[in-house]
Amino acid sequence: MEDYLILMRLDILTKEAQPSPEQLQIYMKQYQEWVNGIVAQKKFKGGTALSTEGKVIQSNHIVTDGPFVETKESLAGFIIIQAESFEDAASIAKNCPILMGEGNSVEVRKIMSIHKEE
Amino acid sequence: MDHSDIIPNLFRTEYSKVIAVLCKQFGFYQVEIAEDIASETFLTAAQTWGLNGIPTNPEAWLYAVAKNKAKNVIHRDSIFQNKILPRYQQDHYLSVSELDLSEENIRDSQLRMIFALSHPSIPIESQIALSLRILCGFGIDEIARAFLSNKETISKRLFRAKEKLREKNITLELPAPHEWGDRLTSVLRTIYLLFNEGYSSQIQDKILRKDLCLEAVRLCSILLENKETNTPEVNALLSLFCFHISRFDARLDADGEIVLYGDQNRDLWNEDFIKKGEYFFFQSNKEPKFSKYHIEAAIAYWHTVQEGTENKWESIFQLYTGLLELESSTLLFLNRAYALFRAKGREVALVEVEGLNLKANPYYFSLLGELYIESDLAKASECYQKALLLANTEKDKSAIRKRLAQLGSARFL
Repeated sequence: MEDYLILMRLDILTKEAQPSPEQLQIYMKQYQEWVNGIVAQKKFKGGTALSTEGKVIQSNHIVTDGPFVETKESLAGFIIIQAESFEDAASIAKNCPILMGEGNSVEVRKIMSIHKEE
Repeated sequence: MDHSDIIPNLFRTEYSKVIAVLCKQFGFYQVEIAEDIASETFLTAAQTWGLNGIPTNPEAWLYAVAKNKAKNVIHRDSIFQNKILPRYQQDHYLSVSELDLSEENIRDSQLRMIFALSHPSIPIESQIALSLRILCGFGIDEIARAFLSNKETISKRLFRAKEKLREKNITLELPAPHEWGDRLTSVLRTIYLLFNEGYSSQIQDKILRKDLCLEAVRLCSILLENKETNTPEVNALLSLFCFHISRFDARLDADGEIVLYGDQNRDLWNEDFIKKGEYFFFQSNKEPKFSKYHIEAAIAYWHTVQEGTENKWESIFQLYTGLLELESSTLLFLNRAYALFRAKGREVALVEVEGLNLKANPYYFSLLGELYIESDLAKASECYQKALLLANTEKDKSAIRKRLAQLGSARFL
């Protein structure tokens, strides 16, 4: 088992019709079910949602508010899971509820431990 | 604690508070920004709570996030920062870092919002739509259903109303003393409609939405806390709400189906709310002013009185007749006919109801069915069949089927 990072990217720039409270409740449940499913497989290691606000610091040390000013895909949150393989991790990521939203994406990366002896 | 409805419940109570406070601070012409901030706050909540669980103090969490978002909007939006904010700060010596979400400021902001939204320059239906949206956190879908309209129409209506607010430069100032009366009338109409929506809501097939009704009670209470708006009419309206709320638990059975008034278990009626209703009704009669809310509260009062009490149904019948002089609606005619049936018996009521001719109304046929039960069982069953065909909600249909089943067994006795 190795650790994988699932990054969730959301388009938070485009404001579609605002979701209804009932819709929001459903979103919350979908996340919960997805995370609980991973926990049930004993593959969940941790993770969090991120604030939609952020600061971007560029190489010249100019700090801007962002990151969404520049990109339509900003990081909404991440979780760390344990998986057998990339395919296994990807199949878990595939069920991430944000993928129901058009334009959203999920990225899976293997966490490399540089200090660990392979 | 049951979290099955946490976001809709919080949305109902907190969305409007966040918007009211932000508008008081930003100026009312920024209502769309305030709405965006409030909506985004809830969207963030849905995501974060889904991953991390629900925080111990969800309200505080929402306020903290809303504050951050408000700050961020100001930093982000250079036009706002360079033009609007300095002007506003100059006028008000405020900055968003001081965003005041104390209970007192929330209440004051909401009272101002209640009045701003019932400004006479906005058409009445837009006032109501705006209030439902901004004051009570209704979704566009729900407003559309409340108005028997569609989403697009409501969105346009809300948009135009907001344009109007901007155009007229309406601020969150309380109205001038000579304007209180008229403004209060439309405020009360909105609150009344809100309560009705909660009491007879068909959204998601839930017949009762207690939270909406309690929201209406809350808005009324805000009005009573202010000397200028503590009027007989407001007291009568609150009294009416309390009497209705007292029957909440008796109105639905274990399966969530509606229990008709005559079949309700009186032990489930809430005595506290009946007492509150009586208290506010007493308050409403301290001055010789009179409104339709007084009549409706009186009717609701009689409904809380024990069956068999002398004059009960006769009084209700007379009150409905009085109400008909102020406004006329199908439902009123039907309710009045039911009271007549209880006061004077089936035959007298039958004459009245046959004359109504409301062939498209399921409740009309249900009542007719009820009235025929003793004289003509076949006809009664036929009426209930028609009611079943016309019924709009599953809950109504199921109640009618139950009645039909009872009739079936009566026939074989």
